[in-house]
Amino acid sequence: MSAPLLTTPLTEFHRAQGARMAGFAGYDMPIQYPAGVLKEHLATREGAGIFDVSHMGQIAIRPRSGGVETVLAALERVTPADAQSLKPGRQRYGLFTNRDAGIEDDFMFANMGDHVLLVANAARKDNDEAILKAGLADLCVVEAIPDRALIALQGPKAAEILAGFSPEAAGMKFMDYRVLPLMGAQAWVSRSGYTGEDGYEISLPAALAEAFAEALLDKGAHLAGLGARDSLRLEAGLCLYGSDLDTTTTPVEAALEWAIGKARRPDGVRAGGYPGAGRVAEQMAKGASRRRVGLKPEGRAPIRAGVKIFAEQGEAGIVTSGGFGPTLGGPMAMAYLKPEALERPLFAELRGQRQPVALAELPFVRQGYAR
Amino acid sequence: MLKFTADHEWIRIEGDLATVGITTHARDQLGDVVYVGLPEVGATVAQGDAISVVESVKAASDVYAPLSGEIVEINEALNGAPEQVSADPQGEGWFFKIRLSEPAQLEALLDEAAYQASVG
Repeated sequence: MSAPLLTTPLTEFHRAQGARMAGFAGYDMPIQYPAGVLKEHLATREGAGIFDVSHMGQIAIRPRSGGVETVLAALERVTPADAQSLKPGRQRYGLFTNRDAGIEDDFMFANMGDHVLLVANAARKDNDEAILKAGLADLCVVEAIPDRALIALQGPKAAEILAGFSPEAAGMKFMDYRVLPLMGAQAWVSRSGYTGEDGYEISLPAALAEAFAEALLDKGAHLAGLGARDSLRLEAGLCLYGSDLDTTTTPVEAALEWAIGKARRPDGVRAGGYPGAGRVAEQMAKGASRRRVGLKPEGRAPIRAGVKIFAEQGEAGIVTSGGFGPTLGGPMAMAYLKPEALERPLFAELRGQRQPVALAELPFVRQGYAR
Repeated sequence: MLKFTADHEWIRIEGDLATVGITTHARDQLGDVVYVGLPEVGATVAQGDAISVVESVKAASDVYAPLSGEIVEINEALNGAPEQVSADPQGEGWFFKIRLSEPAQLEALLDEAAYQASVG
């Protein structure tokens, strides 16, 4: 017997909307609604999609004494991100690493003025909380926030729709973070997301979640499930923890050097100081034995996670995410390949046949961020 | 004569020719179809062989030969327009035609009432 699935403040709402539900990271989540993945994907790219991401971890980190700078400095013990330069009202992407430089999780963190708010992957939030408590307990209080929903509103119409609730939202730039009044409560709003589109992630009291989702529907936004979330993020070239990243993948292998702040690199003013820094420095200098790349298969057949990629000389690597891109209009994949294979013709082995694949720039689809 | 398999295929029998596709129920479960891999015309297939594949936005699923025989025609239109399977699974979205070599196999196929009962 497996444990019963956890619910979000919107689980009943999803059922009432006719969602097909399935277990994801221990939560009962909507995979798709009656419109289907394709329409939900395109509605997000063309208008606005509503995603329940309440399963994700929201973790507050407060200083035991002093200000937010204490928290930001302490965070640099467990992440290669440049936390100290993060200004109030701004958000940044970060990674937790282990002693071998493997990625324990990827996350977003925001400077809330007097504390830091971190949003973590659902399947990793307990692990992340443990990392933070182990690494920061002398200086910080780490506390999971259980009673708030998290709703992503994504797409070119997101700004106009959210301004109808909270006019200030329209003035925010990509990766800004604000506390805004919304339906009589305080919403914590970031201008960011996981689709490659402009949009917001909105944390609000659990009791308001359903009324807010209903109101967004009334304003013309469309419900989108985890199926569309996956095809949207893959088109945007964004990694999915558990598929494209895990505890054995390093930031250099994952082509996520941009998440290592300049100050934290081997020649930076606060070089190293996080778990696995030595291995990261070595790989930044000499390269890694595998590298995350984008692939476009020839023809229409998708190649999916687990499919092996070959060069003439033999096995070159493996696909970690793959599928059909509704906006791209064709198949797309991310794979980890040996660097020496990148110069050579590549093919996937699919159902016993060779299918040529070409390296592709990431993202597959132009991003629409409000920079 | 219209027959079905427990693997969610429909088979329209005309003489010794069987036209095969996936059922409306299968379409509903798969979601939007984005690719269909078809067998080669002239191939000899045995009942139960995985001879075709249908890919939706979510996953790949095998399609089996419901009867033994020779592939005599495939629905070439699906190469450029796999969405026909989503739009009309039991009509324009047919996959392939088999010239039957063992007509006795027909007796074990489900009729529509039995199939509908099996999918609830």
